[in-house]
Amino acid sequence: MSDLVITGGRLLGRAAGDIRVSRGRIEEVGTRVERTAGAEVVDADGAVVLPGLVDLHTHLRQPGFEDAETVASGSAAAAAGGFTAVLAMANTDPVTDTAEAAERILDLGRRAGLVDVVPVGAVTKGLLGDELAELALMNRSRARVTVFSDDGRCVQDARVMRRALDYIRAFDGVISQHSQDSSLAGPAACCHEGELAGRLGLPGWPAPAESVIIARDAELARHTGARVHVAHVSTAEGVDVIRWAKARGIRMTAEVTPHHLALGTELLTGYDPVFKVNPPLRPTEDQEAVRAALADGTIDAVATDHAPHARHDKEHTFATAASGMLGLETALGVVAEVMVATGRLDWAGVAERMSLAPARIAGLANHGRAIEAGEPANLVVIDPATAWTVDKEQSASLSRNNPWHGRTLPARVVATVFQGQVTHR
Amino acid sequence: MNRHLLSSADLSRDEIESILETAEQMHDIQRRDVKKLPTLRGRTIINLFFEDSTRTRSSFEIAGKWMSADTINVSGKGSSTSKGESLRDTVRTLTAMGVDCIVIRHQASGAAHQVAGWVDASVINAGDGTHEHPTQALLDAYTMRSRFGSLEGRHVVIVGDVAHSRVFRSNLITLHRLGARVTVVAPPTLMPAGVGAWSSVDGFTTSWDLDEVLYADDPPDAVMMLRVQRERMSGGFFPTEREYTVGYGMTRERFERLLGRNPDCLILHPGPMNRGLEISADAADAVGSSLVLDQVSSGVAVRMSVLYHLLAFGDEVAS
Repeated sequence: MSDLVITGGRLLGRAAGDIRVSRGRIEEVGTRVERTAGAEVVDADGAVVLPGLVDLHTHLRQPGFEDAETVASGSAAAAAGGFTAVLAMANTDPVTDTAEAAERILDLGRRAGLVDVVPVGAVTKGLLGDELAELALMNRSRARVTVFSDDGRCVQDARVMRRALDYIRAFDGVISQHSQDSSLAGPAACCHEGELAGRLGLPGWPAPAESVIIARDAELARHTGARVHVAHVSTAEGVDVIRWAKARGIRMTAEVTPHHLALGTELLTGYDPVFKVNPPLRPTEDQEAVRAALADGTIDAVATDHAPHARHDKEHTFATAASGMLGLETALGVVAEVMVATGRLDWAGVAERMSLAPARIAGLANHGRAIEAGEPANLVVIDPATAWTVDKEQSASLSRNNPWHGRTLPARVVATVFQGQVTHR
Repeated sequence: MNRHLLSSADLSRDEIESILETAEQMHDIQRRDVKKLPTLRGRTIINLFFEDSTRTRSSFEIAGKWMSADTINVSGKGSSTSKGESLRDTVRTLTAMGVDCIVIRHQASGAAHQVAGWVDASVINAGDGTHEHPTQALLDAYTMRSRFGSLEGRHVVIVGDVAHSRVFRSNLITLHRLGARVTVVAPPTLMPAGVGAWSSVDGFTTSWDLDEVLYADDPPDAVMMLRVQRERMSGGFFPTEREYTVGYGMTRERFERLLGRNPDCLILHPGPMNRGLEISADAADAVGSSLVLDQVSSGVAVRMSVLYHLLAFGDEVAS
């Protein structure tokens, strides 16, 4: 394991400094650190150095859907996007609803060795919404699962949700809820309910289907004292409820995806299923609301909801095609465009929303740390000034459902360092 | 003109008028003993229907045959999931056989748009989900024009399950392009999402009160009654048939009062009709007022015209 020196980078976008890394840890940070003989050097002059990014919401598709992604290919995409830890959602086949299933994913991640792959456990057996999965056994396993989610589905039954929240208090777990009241937005719902859904004749997905679940969960979190996390909030109404809950001290956190920050409903006009995602892309007012909420901290984190799909699962009518889009490799560039270039977040703010906060929410001790001697060397080096054009064929992901294809993004990842090793450059 | 007809918005006013004028010629041919035209000899048209349809499919088939095209009907199996053969595979398999035109009916909105992106053949949208049905709008316009001469300044009222109606969406566009004024009437639950913003952008009027619209100071020149699917009731869009009919049906009483305001008012229905629900027999069969059968008979002529404009434009219509 050779040493590593990162030279001249602006730490958190502020003062420039060198970083010397050895045996997976930051040994020294300063203006003139010693360059060990034989050390690998990353020239970060003019670049920004942040703690490695953490994604609370990734679909790695293994086991069960290896034609779309594997833990290894998803890990490579994550490293290319500047991530050093990703939480792998439970909607695989079999579902991650046992300790054994969680450990299997943990081990696949270690074998890939590019990022920490942290399994998310299902809240209910088989994601069916009825009976609790073995939450505590997953938590006691080597995978130490602390985040639970039936993502892709919402825990509809309030009683089940209440029991789950109550139960996970024993080990300070958190439930990441896909907030979608299925009686208001059923499986056919695929377009934001509004003018465009009317014109396109697509089944509408109304905003209150999201906000009523967030409101219900806020009340359940208040009642139980447990932690609840709102996955991919997409509406202004949802943001309002989160703000209300936080003001009352309810233990609620929230994430927003890059696509809900930057892509709008109007993209559905051509019925291209690459833009089909759940919750759906929203109109300008909602995009503005989630941007403002991310800036003011109402939304704690950016999470990708990276959702690879094999081509044959997207080549259907809009209503029947699979939902979801890629996001790991483009997340940072999108946040740079929407939040940094507009002055809504500085680079320290990006670190908070894409590394510190998600690491805190997921309880990851080795991520989202300060860039100081003694800390784990999980870092990302970003060139904030070189725009690049997204090419879906140039991707580590096995899938090509990339809604960013052809777009120019303002910042790119120069290097990713995971446990002291360069995993991407 | 475009290679495809996917949306009524694909056609300019001039193009619509040109299609309707050709349809008149086709209509004349339809009255001959020998109806066959050689115009599309050697061309192959596939009617690819993923949804049951009697009138639309048979009128496309007759239209193609009378123009000497080889027409083939294929019933696609509607898949409700994304598993199995993809729509892309299905249409590419068919066009690999050397097809010139695909007429597609599909239960999913946008299906025709997607297919047009996957194949070299011309694509005609014969109804996609709750999105559009452009040839229906053309034949409705043709039918009304045959009475009015021009639709310029005419007031057309569309009543019924507007939210789920592809006939409405296409008619709205075509009627606007031809200079007609449109009022849409439905209970709030059967109005399309975002209709408020939509109507102010596109300049049509909406109302929840049929009587107010029918007996206003400018009574309609034509009223188009849309089919109400009975399963909407189980979806909770309205409580009972009786309540719907009282509020939004073209009952005998309403029809008579309407004719009292405007004796020349026309009644249209794209079919199939639910007699007694959205339309009474008195209105549906009223000689002189009801255009329901004219809509069916002009369907073939209008579709012949569409095939001609898309596949053979520039050739002589009749020889």
